Amino acid sequence: MKKLKVFSAPYLVWMIVFILVPLLMVAYFAFTTDSGKFTIRNISNVGQYANIFVRSIWLALVATAVCLLLAYPVAYLLSRMEKHKQGTMLLIVMLPMWMNFLLRTYAWMTLLGNNGVINHILGIFGLGPYKLINTSGAVVLGMVYNYLPFMILPLYSVMEKIDKSVIEAASDLGCNSASVMWRVIVPLSLPGITSGITMVFVPAISTFIISRMLGGGSNLLIGDLIEMQFLGNSYNPQLGAAISLVLMVIILVIMTVMNQFSPDDQVLI
Amino acid sequence: MRSISKKVFSVLAAAVLGASLMTSCSSGDTAEEEDTEETEYQTLTVEDEEYYTRFKGKDVSINVYNWGEYICTGEDEGTLDVITEFENLTGISVNYTTFATNEELYAKLKGGGVTYDVIIPSDYMISKMIKENMIQKLDYNNIPNFKYIMEDFRNQAYDPTNEYSVPYTWGTVGIIYDETVVDIPEKDIDWDILWNEDYADQILMFDNPRDAFAIAEIVCGLSLNTEDPQELKMAADKLKEQKKIVQGYVMDEIFDKMGAGEALIAPYYAGDAMTIMESNDSLNFVVPDSGTNLFIDAMCIPNSSQNKEAAEMFINFMCEPDIAYANIDYICYSTPHSAAFKMLDPEIQNDPAYYPSDEVKANMTVFVNLSDEANMTMQTLWTEMKSAEEDGVNKWLVPIFLIICLLIIIFVLVRRYIKSKKDIF
Repeated sequence: MKKLKVFSAPYLVWMIVFILVPLLMVAYFAFTTDSGKFTIRNISNVGQYANIFVRSIWLALVATAVCLLLAYPVAYLLSRMEKHKQGTMLLIVMLPMWMNFLLRTYAWMTLLGNNGVINHILGIFGLGPYKLINTSGAVVLGMVYNYLPFMILPLYSVMEKIDKSVIEAASDLGCNSASVMWRVIVPLSLPGITSGITMVFVPAISTFIISRMLGGGSNLLIGDLIEMQFLGNSYNPQLGAAISLVLMVIILVIMTVMNQFSPDDQVLI
Repeated sequence: MRSISKKVFSVLAAAVLGASLMTSCSSGDTAEEEDTEETEYQTLTVEDEEYYTRFKGKDVSINVYNWGEYICTGEDEGTLDVITEFENLTGISVNYTTFATNEELYAKLKGGGVTYDVIIPSDYMISKMIKENMIQKLDYNNIPNFKYIMEDFRNQAYDPTNEYSVPYTWGTVGIIYDETVVDIPEKDIDWDILWNEDYADQILMFDNPRDAFAIAEIVCGLSLNTEDPQELKMAADKLKEQKKIVQGYVMDEIFDKMGAGEALIAPYYAGDAMTIMESNDSLNFVVPDSGTNLFIDAMCIPNSSQNKEAAEMFINFMCEPDIAYANIDYICYSTPHSAAFKMLDPEIQNDPAYYPSDEVKANMTVFVNLSDEANMTMQTLWTEMKSAEEDGVNKWLVPIFLIICLLIIIFVLVRRYIKSKKDIF
């Protein structure tokens, strides 16, 4: 074991230089003025953007919930398929991810536009045109579309390991299909659910390009706010760092709540 | 902000829409005409060849940092490849890199760790950099071609004594609109059209505070360089009033949205507007007489420069009539260079969108840098304006979120309690 430790050295160095040091720098910037004096004004200034925080958290939660609802049945069906079919289906799930993130979101702009493909098709049947783009719904759609695979994959990999005989045993012992689902499959797939939620929620809450492209610039999210502090017309890295710090704390709190559902105590039952 | 990477966007547009945007802009040039005019090759003659050969064989190199798509690359047949021509003539090698916004340039320079010899920021950024001592005075003995720069573009407010910068291009902000739908005569179109409720949800607006505030300030009759918090608040209120009829706040996306007819009216930079109009025939561009922002991009030398003399040589080279013409012909903005202006197509010379009359120009204002406080106020007002919800939504968002958090916590606690009970047995 001791010998193996040597091999982790490169990653340790990486972690210190590119994760730990930047984190400390963010904290340093958040608590200092541009002349380097200690201040808590940056943090207290974040308060005025409370509604942007609430909107970001809300939209990210909605997107995560929609992802979970969509992904769960898909992942279950996928895991119960024959092995060779699973590979093909998985490929189809992964396929959109091979395309550039920006291009995929850009494509939604053409689909949702007032003269876009969807409104055009609806127009043939005499419906619409509906206002699809530049709404918070469009932002959620963009998040769901882009992050859905991150929900399906962890769910699938956990469910795939659920032994078929466990399900059969539950049915033998008198469970109907609903209680098989609720009392056997859901508890066993909990680790997949928690990691899926983490993998969707965290990128969704800090995204900025989706809200710019699909939200029409009037659905500001935290990501946009941070970007504005660095590349906007007032260069204010201190406030930007403070916002990032608050965002990290919020994510930490939400993740802690999530971990209450962690499967560690499941084993005890 | 301006002069975005047009190319990237047209590639995207081509991929998604299957449409191809032309990036060349010499007006009225069709493919056929180009064939017949094969003889029209741009050539380079410099006045004082000796001046340029001083550094030959000395292995000098300079770093040039410019906007994307902002120099003639020789890609179109018959045009000059400016960088290569410079390297061949002087023996100085050029590291050419590009940026997308003034703020990006500023953040890069401020962050340190990079050396640039020539940068091309815009007016207000130049005054900010002068104030913060980031760029150095030029030696005009090394830039004899400064004589070509028109009197109008010297000694501007951002560099009052013209010691730091040599103007490269300029342009105006105007309104691009669909003339087949908007039934207002061209001469009557003013900035208030962006507040006209007849076109609700068909209006696009700048997604950067400085340009957006400038328009509101013109409408309110304020100075474009105002720093008064009260006046800024007034402009912000004007923008807030506009928000409900604005379809979206965009920058580069305007190329596709206007090109595809997604929106009817949008303010934008003159040079880019011409590019958009090539993709959609029903569009027209007008610069309102009531005033607008005139922007100037100028060449400067940062303090970090290692080869100031070579950098000045590059600036001088950019002011060679042939080179200045090649560049302006490629990037489609307006030129402050008298000799290059004379070489232009008369049609462009007389186009008021490119070269407005002196009366119209008298109403235009060049941005200067605002104080840090004014910038901060503007940014805060802008964020506030953009994040303000329509009535009714905001009220509910916070309580709902809190209730959900509370429910989750209660659920967790109850679950733990039940579990601890279970464990006893």
